[in-house]
Amino acid sequence: MSIRKVVISLAAAAAMLAPAAALAKTVKVGVVLTFSGGAAQFGDLIEKGMKLYMKEHPQAFGDNKVELINRDSKNPGGAVAKTMVKELITREGVQMLAGFVFSPNAMASAPLATQAKVPMIIMNAGTAWITKLSPYIARFSFSMWHAAYPMGAYAHDKLGCKTAAVGYTDYPPGKDSLEAFKTGFEKAGGKVVDAVPMGGPREVPDFTPFLQRVKDAKPDCFYVFVPSGNHAAAVVKTFGDLGMAAAGIKLIGPGDLVPDTELQGMGTPATALTIMHNYAADYDNPANKAFVKAWKAAYGASTTPDFMAVAGWDGMAAIAHAIKVQNGDVTAAGTMKALEGWKFDSPRGPIMIDPKTRDIIQDEHVEKIVDDNGRLKVKVIDTIPQVKDPCKALKIGKCG
Amino acid sequence: MGDVLVATVSIAFDGFAYAMLLFMISVGLSVTMGLMGFVNLAHGAFAMAGGYVLVSLMNSLGVPFLPALVIAAIVVAVFSVPFERVLYRPLYRASELEQVLLSIGLVYIAVGGITYIYGPQPPHIALPSFLEGMIDLGFKSFPAYRVFVIVIGLVTALGLWLGLERTIAGARIRAAVDNRRMAQSVGIKVDRLFMLTFALGSGLAAVGGGLAINILGLNPRFAFIYLVFFLIIVVVGGMGSVRGAFFAAILLGIIDTGGKYLWPEGGAFFIYVVTMAILLVRPQGLFGKPA
Repeated sequence: MSIRKVVISLAAAAAMLAPAAALAKTVKVGVVLTFSGGAAQFGDLIEKGMKLYMKEHPQAFGDNKVELINRDSKNPGGAVAKTMVKELITREGVQMLAGFVFSPNAMASAPLATQAKVPMIIMNAGTAWITKLSPYIARFSFSMWHAAYPMGAYAHDKLGCKTAAVGYTDYPPGKDSLEAFKTGFEKAGGKVVDAVPMGGPREVPDFTPFLQRVKDAKPDCFYVFVPSGNHAAAVVKTFGDLGMAAAGIKLIGPGDLVPDTELQGMGTPATALTIMHNYAADYDNPANKAFVKAWKAAYGASTTPDFMAVAGWDGMAAIAHAIKVQNGDVTAAGTMKALEGWKFDSPRGPIMIDPKTRDIIQDEHVEKIVDDNGRLKVKVIDTIPQVKDPCKALKIGKCG
Repeated sequence: MGDVLVATVSIAFDGFAYAMLLFMISVGLSVTMGLMGFVNLAHGAFAMAGGYVLVSLMNSLGVPFLPALVIAAIVVAVFSVPFERVLYRPLYRASELEQVLLSIGLVYIAVGGITYIYGPQPPHIALPSFLEGMIDLGFKSFPAYRVFVIVIGLVTALGLWLGLERTIAGARIRAAVDNRRMAQSVGIKVDRLFMLTFALGSGLAAVGGGLAINILGLNPRFAFIYLVFFLIIVVVGGMGSVRGAFFAAILLGIIDTGGKYLWPEGGAFFIYVVTMAILLVRPQGLFGKPA
């Protein structure tokens, strides 16, 4: 037995034994998010979503308390996240891990979750096969295939696109999204004529050369996956600047392209978009109304939650559920059992964790951006109910 | 138009617009490095500051785009003087390592400060309507904003060239770049000259930063992200040379754009190869004087 294993088992044992006597128990949750650098905005949104749930629903944890221990995963590289997870497990003795903005960070951490038997509550990282990496992973955000695969068929059948070009950020979820869209689009009878890798996820590149290449190739549809936030804002801006909509090219993509936080700054070019998404702050349902109201009360009327904030909120609700049903004596097996098949009335609509794949099942909406008296608004024009990750359902590649 | 022609025009136009941005930001760095030999890695922070001042002027005070751009340049130029006087001046005779440490420290402070004040989210500004949309030049239509950036870049380059080649102040700057000690001994106040050049360079960088918001995007790490590009322009063009910075920016802008357009998988790598090749053949840069 290596020293690390001894330490991990000791920590795990200590974590299980120590609180056994007390009535009100404190459960330690390690939160691994990007709190600095170019992606700090994502960590901020998810953390705010988590904290808001705790504030609004203190009774959801039963008599127990939850202690969040934050660690900064800094960048999409994976190495920092892995170090942080190791430290959270061995030194802090956390009983659950939560967060994970970028896929490589979740991928690098998955073996540790398996080894130490610590459940991982994923609140963003969307590469489809992440849930296959460890039996202790449950995902509360989405798989890239949730949006990209049905978008393929929709683009061909409803938008009338016969050819499409794909632009993607060159890292695992980008390639995953490309694969998902291509599979859906070509199955429906369309043809992907060009696939353009558009730089890495760390910094926002100047998208002009990539988009100019696509414009000159004149596809019917241009499907784009880039990390949400500033990457997305830059793509939509450049799409507008280059007059691609006027050239007859339809910009489509997953909802990452229109984060609520960036929407108002995108201006009129955003109205050219058709997206497939699971959440927008404009959704008209009671759970979302309450959520957005609580958000604005807590963080300011000019701020808005987005899909990442909702994943933080939903993930925290799931953590609360797992703690409550176990009366605070959380074990890895007990937590996973509580999460599998968990149903929730999320601000995005009804969601459920698929007991087979531990991935989320949720509605996907086709959305257009409309100008509502100077304010850009998300309008749902079609809904595909209760989508299971198509990658795992079709057993494609690493999802098989 | 044939595919090849379309691609060529696209690359040349976008590359040129990109080049003009890089030129405006880098030219001040080139001249100040040539003049004082000071390694100012914080130069991009002045561009970034210009961008954020523009954002504040437009979004908080409602100043229109063009006046805001001018005010931002003046604010940053004035603001850069105390930096030069208080922080940089004591290190003119210090080793390069100390200069690098000081200026990179300033970049970290700028990144932290801007994140604290404005947050990590990239800001947006609304362009005036005449800069939105396309301009039709007959054979092809071009984005108006990029045409505007190119015009500003060319006017700046022409202005700097005339200023340097046709005025007494310009002659003094050239003299000081060529031989500082000799210039001092004939009565040129190199110290004050440097302060003014520094302020001018920072002001131009601020204009570049302001114009970059709608092309490259602005965020608190801007000064770091593009630092390598600014330095490449300075060394490839040759330190202290406005002409060098201009042509190096064009070379870099077009090669970078063309590489990404034609070969997106690996095109971002081209500029480093070209930079290495040029420096192997001409270590002093295209228009620099041999050491």
